[in-house]
Amino acid sequence: MANKVVDARGRSCPEPVMMTKVALETSSPPIEVLVDNEVAKENVTRFAKSKGFQVKVTEYDEEFKLEIV
Amino acid sequence: MKKSTILLAGGVIGLLAALLVKFGNPVNMGICVACFYRDIAGALGLHRAEVVQYIRPEIIGFILGAFIIALINKEFKATGGSSPLIRFIMGFFVMIGALVFLGCPLRMILRLANGDLNALIGLFGYVFGIWVGIQFIKKGFSLGRSYKQAKVNGYIMPLIALALLIFLVLQPGFIFFSESGPGSMRAPLALSLIAGLVVGVIVQRGRICTVGGFRDAILIRDYHLLTGLIGIFVFALLGNLILNPASFKIGFVEQPIAHNDFVWNFLGMTLAGLGSVLLGGCPLRQTILAAEGNTDSAVTVLGLITGAAFAHNFGTAASGAGVPVNGQIAVVVGLVVLLGVAGIIVSQKADVKKKEGAVLGQ
Repeated sequence: MANKVVDARGRSCPEPVMMTKVALETSSPPIEVLVDNEVAKENVTRFAKSKGFQVKVTEYDEEFKLEIV
Repeated sequence: MKKSTILLAGGVIGLLAALLVKFGNPVNMGICVACFYRDIAGALGLHRAEVVQYIRPEIIGFILGAFIIALINKEFKATGGSSPLIRFIMGFFVMIGALVFLGCPLRMILRLANGDLNALIGLFGYVFGIWVGIQFIKKGFSLGRSYKQAKVNGYIMPLIALALLIFLVLQPGFIFFSESGPGSMRAPLALSLIAGLVVGVIVQRGRICTVGGFRDAILIRDYHLLTGLIGIFVFALLGNLILNPASFKIGFVEQPIAHNDFVWNFLGMTLAGLGSVLLGGCPLRQTILAAEGNTDSAVTVLGLITGAAFAHNFGTAASGAGVPVNGQIAVVVGLVVLLGVAGIIVSQKADVKKKEGAVLGQ
């Protein structure tokens, strides 16, 4: 179960990454990030990995759930 | 995408820009998104500056290339509803700033890659504008979320590109094409169109964005996109040295389609940088996003085109002779408007947080 769910769907750059950054600074993992486009998925994944986290991506109905642990 | 891949992706854009100059585009203007929208606005008669009127096939290529590759990769998706009117105004002022500097951020890199040091001043201004915008982003600036729309919304931009292609080929009487000046200097239609298609595909796949490169480096120390920009610079430099050695000249004076007014080169690009970072992408990136079905970006593109039309109708655009007073006023007005909008959004956000805190007893 995630400690925090970040809904970054429909947000333009760089908001999904910023929202993830804030969430990782204020809550301890695992956190869940919801995005609705490929670019946000890539950016959040790249950001989380650069901070040493692992990311599991689940796709459903043109949206992505990113579990950051 | 790996670092080396994005470096090469940028490299292809840089080389194509040099190639387009070799085959007829104005010097340092192999690709310039702002200039090309300005030329299109002129061709459609939205402004009557006779030297800058042409339907640039490169723009049509960007849109169709990105549209097709997004369709193939199932990334095409119609979305919208994230403060479209604010985006329109921001697009408008990004163009006002770009036409005071004389080029979009991509042309700024290309000018630099051909020795025009005025572009270095522009680059400082651009990065400064991005830095200012980042301060708002850090305080929670947002234009709000977008929502999924009916697919047909996303087809409008590619259809506009197709209509432009038809006008370009058939040249009906109501379309204006320059007979002299930059608008008359053009690479062959097929070459421009193909180069545009290739760039459209590359930028869509590589997510290359001139504002994203600097923003990510400053904001989250991510140098991925910046690597792409370095690729554009290095390969445009090499391409120019090999293909266009006669035009290569290091210095500030008598650079092609440029002026050396430091203050307004700086402030023009500050406005472009601030607007682009608040929008979440530079004019090139907005064009690609619009082609992928993002109708907010499509509205931004309409703002860019409108800004270009106004820039010439109101005499705010610079020329080789310098920046007119109207242009200086327009840049200041643009900065005030963008800072005002961003400030209001951030302060309202702070108010909401305070109220939530009061309700929750925090």
